[in-house]
Amino acid sequence: MSQILSPLPGTFYRSASPEKPVYKADGDAVAVGDVIGLIEVMKSFHEIRAEVAGTNIRFVTDNEEPVMAGAVLAELD
Amino acid sequence: MLKRLLIANRGEIAVRIIRAARDLGIETVAVHSAADADGLWVQMADSAVNIGPPAARKSYLSVDAILKAAADTGADAIHPGYGFLAENAEFADACAAAGLTFVGPSGKAIRLMGDKVSARIAAHSAGVPVVPGSMGRVADIEAARDLLADTGFPVMIKAAAGGGGRGIRVAANLEEFERAFPQAEAEALAAFGDGGLYMEKLIPAARHIEVQVLGDGSRAVHCFERECSLQRRRQKVWEEAPSTALDARTRDKLCQSAVALAEAVGYSGAGTVEYLFDDASGDFYFIEMNTRIQVEHPVTEMITGIDLVAEGLRIAGGEPLRLRQGDIAVKGHAIEVRLNAEDPAQDFRPFPGTVGDLRLPGGPGVRFDSLLYPGYTIPPFYDSLLAKLIVHAEDRDAAIARLTRALSELRIGGLTTTAPLFTALAADPSVRAGAVHTRWLEGWLADNADKLAN
Repeated sequence: MSQILSPLPGTFYRSASPEKPVYKADGDAVAVGDVIGLIEVMKSFHEIRAEVAGTNIRFVTDNEEPVMAGAVLAELD
Repeated sequence: MLKRLLIANRGEIAVRIIRAARDLGIETVAVHSAADADGLWVQMADSAVNIGPPAARKSYLSVDAILKAAADTGADAIHPGYGFLAENAEFADACAAAGLTFVGPSGKAIRLMGDKVSARIAAHSAGVPVVPGSMGRVADIEAARDLLADTGFPVMIKAAAGGGGRGIRVAANLEEFERAFPQAEAEALAAFGDGGLYMEKLIPAARHIEVQVLGDGSRAVHCFERECSLQRRRQKVWEEAPSTALDARTRDKLCQSAVALAEAVGYSGAGTVEYLFDDASGDFYFIEMNTRIQVEHPVTEMITGIDLVAEGLRIAGGEPLRLRQGDIAVKGHAIEVRLNAEDPAQDFRPFPGTVGDLRLPGGPGVRFDSLLYPGYTIPPFYDSLLAKLIVHAEDRDAAIARLTRALSELRIGGLTTTAPLFTALAADPSVRAGAVHTRWLEGWLADNADKLAN
């Protein structure tokens, strides 16, 4: 199992905008470089990309949840 | 006079408003989100109310939470600051409906100035020059062609439903116009579901010059102009007053036009009329009116000696405007720089953190408006503005020297800030000569990345 951590403190978003579908749904497979969410920090948005490949992604952080740097966003098998 | 003022904002502007209120003997109520409980303004105010979760939408933008905090604390007035609800006409109306004094203009004036087309029509009716072009949507290509006599070339064809720079085409001559107009129409329809177009003269290498006004609903005065041409992605980073680009006659015409507009719309409180200034022709054109106190208001305070926030509070409390135009004079030159929690060497990436060692500049002609104190952790949820360093001196050269001196004294441990940008700009020959325009800084940044390390 591996984890995807937030490199920045801020607010986590699972989709590019409220109308758009989520980047990844629970259970999806993830390739290296896939965007899994956004962190909004001080009104600017940063894409969070997977650094390892995996299957069965499970989000630990909810959409629009505040996070600290180093927080676990999701787990992968 | 107001008795108890709730400040519906956070950060340095909340601190600034508390100071003005306290100078006038007005009690203050701070509001804060759950992420801002240790904010400097929360500690300074006479009382404070937690109005909700970190997301601004659920706290600082929540009209219900703010009105409830006002009712619970017995506040009789609300100051909106800038940003958040400051230019929200419904909020101004809701304050009035709840029996609270909104520190600022009426909801009606905010609404009139908040709509691009109605603001442009109001300015034109008050005799203020507007950028040549259509007063709203153009009916068709024939009507657009007729406007070319006013606009000349280059001309911008803008999607009515666009915004933020999207849906704009530029035509350099008639041939390009004939080709671009139908294309712009088709594109706007495809992109926005609305093929409506505006036409506007393009003014290359324009300066941004704005006029500070104060009004009491019937009479208005101006407090001269500020120049804010140094911008990155349309955000001002360095503001100064007066502008080096204006001669006395143009300055007088520009400032009088702002007063005419403020009086025409029955403006109450502090406001700013923004213009583009074309160095080549000496012409100025209305862009918009900001119906609130602005971030850069201190440069005007430094050159005029007027406390703009306090005057706004007096007017909101029912006093007629105390100032006559003849009482207001410019003394010296002032510059403000915005210290943001961003790394200028890494494309201005936000850099929240915890304040360590803190050494603030001081001495003659130096003012520092901020939300900082040692040990304070900057929350990542809001604007990156940490502080404004403002300097005042007898002339522009002396103000730039003083800015450099003040920056050399400043140390904000634990954070990465935009301070190195201003040290570099203060040494730049074009900045020193005042030879800049609103697109100048972006080019300079591309060429001078090596000067920006913290």
